[in-house]
Amino acid sequence: MSQYKVVHCNINGKDVERVVDVRASLTDMLRNEYHLTSVKKGCEVGECGACNVLINGEAFNSCIYLAVWAEGKTILTLEGLEGPNGELSDIQQAFIDETAIQCGFCTPGFIMTAAEILNAGKLYSDAELRKLLSGHLCRCTGYENIFRAVKKTMYKRLGKEIDFV
Amino acid sequence: MYDMKALYEAESVEHAIQLRLEHPEAQIIAGGSDVLVQMREGKRAGKELISIYMIDAMRGVSIDEEENIRIGSLTSFSHITHDPIIQKYINVLGEAVDQVGSPQIRNIGTIGGNTCNGVTSADSASTLHAWEAIVELTGKNGVRRLPIKDFYIKAGTVDIRVDEGEIQTAILIPKSSYENTFGHYIKYGMRNAMEIASLGCSVNVRLSEDKQTIDRCRIAYGVAGPVPMRCPSAEAVANGVMPTEAMIEEFSLAALKDINPRDSWRASKAFRQHIAVEMAKRALVESIHRAGGEIK
Repeated sequence: MSQYKVVHCNINGKDVERVVDVRASLTDMLRNEYHLTSVKKGCEVGECGACNVLINGEAFNSCIYLAVWAEGKTILTLEGLEGPNGELSDIQQAFIDETAIQCGFCTPGFIMTAAEILNAGKLYSDAELRKLLSGHLCRCTGYENIFRAVKKTMYKRLGKEIDFV
Repeated sequence: MYDMKALYEAESVEHAIQLRLEHPEAQIIAGGSDVLVQMREGKRAGKELISIYMIDAMRGVSIDEEENIRIGSLTSFSHITHDPIIQKYINVLGEAVDQVGSPQIRNIGTIGGNTCNGVTSADSASTLHAWEAIVELTGKNGVRRLPIKDFYIKAGTVDIRVDEGEIQTAILIPKSSYENTFGHYIKYGMRNAMEIASLGCSVNVRLSEDKQTIDRCRIAYGVAGPVPMRCPSAEAVANGVMPTEAMIEEFSLAALKDINPRDSWRASKAFRQHIAVEMAKRALVESIHRAGGEIK
């Protein structure tokens, strides 16, 4: 017996509502109902971070989050970082500049965690930054460039001199 | 899509109790980082779920009228770590749960789920045992409180009375337990993230006023047996004694009398016993330092 529910939420700045199957994960809802395909289906058990989105400003693996829990929440996906004319945000540009992308599958998830880190407005140490980024797997193993892209953007936003080349 | 038979969404604690009584076969789901993964694996496939995740009244840390630290069962690990009350009185708990899984898991995982699944390796469990936490359960007959050591019955089984519609609503740390007390938790794992402890050790001490003697010492392990456990033999060595290197050595070896780790693919019994001694030592030394004491 199928069970459905209307879920109201704000996605990337827009108030929206859809009828969803209660068995759906938030990944299912974002991809199938809203066509937000930056939200990747990777491991689907909360280990790889490819489906990561911000919910009320905090990073969550949307694959292990029920779609019905999105009721009343504010959700941000990678698509929501772009400017009104498709301009890239600073963190997206930094991923390009640092060649922090190889196959690209882990990229949206990583960038959304980076968005949470950067929104905190704090200057994290390298060790803290590595720990904060540890919820993502990059099977191309491009971790060092990803780390540099986030670190660079963090320094830039805080108006600090970058202490590495 | 998850393979679930039905989803019942609780809007309040009372509603959750009512749903539990109506659907005794259903599985409670809090953050879901265990339940949904098991459902995906097929272990819990086809089950009914009662979601308590939307009950915001079960979130947050406060000091109640009896001066207990009250942690709502749905408080996420990251919110525990960042909470000022936790940081002031029981910082070690915030540090312990900051070693669970990954940042995203710490945003969804709850302390209630971490204890209700009855797993010995839970990063919160050894610290909650070492600080003699009280588990609060709410059911159709009202509130029942019990010490955390009695809450754990056996591996994967905790004392929640489904026929009384009980759900865990809070974890309390009594004032007598947290006052002037400082602790340290060490997790031994093969890597730093997305890891389950091979062994976890949580120690805390309260020093005498002149900081010369250990007034009270408590130690608990996770993965040293089927459920998290205290070590009375080790505690007896440290209680009321001036901290010296010889005493710390004796304390760490005494822990072996109480623990009973097993061989598993994660680590052998012999290895667990070996690191248990070293972890006890290091965690005690750090606890004494944090309490402002010195080792003679």
